[in-house]
Amino acid sequence: MTQGQELAIRTSSLTKQFGSQKAVSEISLSVPRGSVFGFLGPNGSGKTTTIRMILGLADASEGEIELLGHPIPKQLEQALPKVGALVEGPAFYPYMSGRNNLIRIDSADRFSEAKTRKQRVDSALERVGLTNASKKKVHAYSLGMKQRLGLANALLKPREILILDEPTNGLDPQGTREVRNLIRSLAAEGITIFVSSHLLSEIEQLCSHLAVMTAGKIVAQGNIQELRNESQTRLVLKADRIDELVELLKSQGLSKISLKPDRIVVPVPTNFDAATLNQLLVKKKFMVSEIRLEQPSLEEYFVNLTGEGFEVVR
Amino acid sequence: MFTRRRTWAMLAAVALIPILLAFAVALTAEELAPGEGPPFLSQVTQNGLFTGFTATLLALPLFLPLTIAVVAGDTIAGEASLGTLRYLLIAPVGRLRLLVVKYIGTIVFALAATFTLMIAGGIIGAILFPIGPVTLLSGDEISLAESIGRMAIVSFYTTVSMTGILAIGLFISTLTTVPVGAMAATVVLTGVSQILDNLPQLSWLHEWLFTHYWLDFADILRQPIELGSFASNALLQLGYVAVFGALAYSRFSTKDILS
Repeated sequence: MTQGQELAIRTSSLTKQFGSQKAVSEISLSVPRGSVFGFLGPNGSGKTTTIRMILGLADASEGEIELLGHPIPKQLEQALPKVGALVEGPAFYPYMSGRNNLIRIDSADRFSEAKTRKQRVDSALERVGLTNASKKKVHAYSLGMKQRLGLANALLKPREILILDEPTNGLDPQGTREVRNLIRSLAAEGITIFVSSHLLSEIEQLCSHLAVMTAGKIVAQGNIQELRNESQTRLVLKADRIDELVELLKSQGLSKISLKPDRIVVPVPTNFDAATLNQLLVKKKFMVSEIRLEQPSLEEYFVNLTGEGFEVVR
Repeated sequence: MFTRRRTWAMLAAVALIPILLAFAVALTAEELAPGEGPPFLSQVTQNGLFTGFTATLLALPLFLPLTIAVVAGDTIAGEASLGTLRYLLIAPVGRLRLLVVKYIGTIVFALAATFTLMIAGGIIGAILFPIGPVTLLSGDEISLAESIGRMAIVSFYTTVSMTGILAIGLFISTLTTVPVGAMAATVVLTGVSQILDNLPQLSWLHEWLFTHYWLDFADILRQPIELGSFASNALLQLGYVAVFGALAYSRFSTKDILS
């Protein structure tokens, strides 16, 4: 398959079963190389389990995985050196300094060069803004600092793909912005970035592609522009003589009218001509104070797909 | 491992055993009749070098296995509970390689612990008691230099004795993400093995128990050295290492790392 070469991650019918429950159910992801791929889903939707399978930490119950063209888990050792990852939060030895933690994990990796180790560690620390705290023991780190150290760990070597599971967890707004900028600059270098989050707003501005997962299934996937287009365009109207207005809209073939306290909202086809409608309204002497077409935000689209509410789905 | 304070604290505690022992013996003027108290104890006052042997003997049933179990139980479960296991595996470190490196680390600790016992014993014994040529259990006398050689052999023997329990600890450690559980289970197994070894009804089982030859290091203190027990011990321990090493690998190589 020629397509396989352009994909950084490809899964087909990937399933993970824990007992009777399917944590991940037949998902097929296609992450193009060079993309910033947002992997979105509420807590407990199976995102981290999927990432664990992609990284060979857990075995798939069914389905196939390809990571950078290598079948997983068969060629795990060939793929992993090219992958930087942050999985379910950072984890370090609390009794060692941040810098020594990085040195230790890099020495454990027999694919990495010992000669350049110190220099690589220091530049990774600098990149995430931890240089000043690098000699402190990790147990004295705040969650945000640990998160940064986790990112530094992912950046220890030149990577082809970064898999980042909730990278902004625990960061203050300033830190979140920095991580976003970091991701942007890494993406600009051509590194594929696969970033999971339960908050669309965190990643919406970053991503070129998006997959939405809920209850173990992928409910939407694709280029972010395509996904935006899939959501229904709406007409928003503010005018007087509401009852007559509703009648008029119905006569124009617009149903599903919803009345809000100060305006009317109607779903319309994407190519709807608002100007012509406006002309008609003016002709009928309506006092129109607002008429516009609105594209629902991705946020709304996301909530529509995953369902609202705080309850964990299962 | 040796960057951890805990490791050093355990070694310090190990070193404390001969020190306590030597002070206790030195401060009580009472002469023990030969044969009273643990073996060797009466020899300590006559020759300080016996402190190390006596301390090893006293530490073997419980204290040494306890520190060993802490280290062995921590190998995989400790990494899993910190979450660092997943980062090691995706670094990537192969699972087999990780197990082997971890196991070697525990052996290094065992070596450090047994030699600590002996060296601390030798030093404190030399300070508090006269030292000189050692009278062996067989009645022969060997020179100071030679007795230091014997001390090293005894420590080495004890390290070999620990390889079995280390492998058991490693295996248990792959089963859980709670290091304390793995440590406790390893200690319990050591206890069970020693109890079984003391039941004459189970004598057929005794030579298969990993604790069976632990105290036979006394054979090193005969002239000529009797290496028969050393060999059977090494063989038995090797068997345990092979079996539990294989179990640990078969478990760990297919395990889903969910911590």
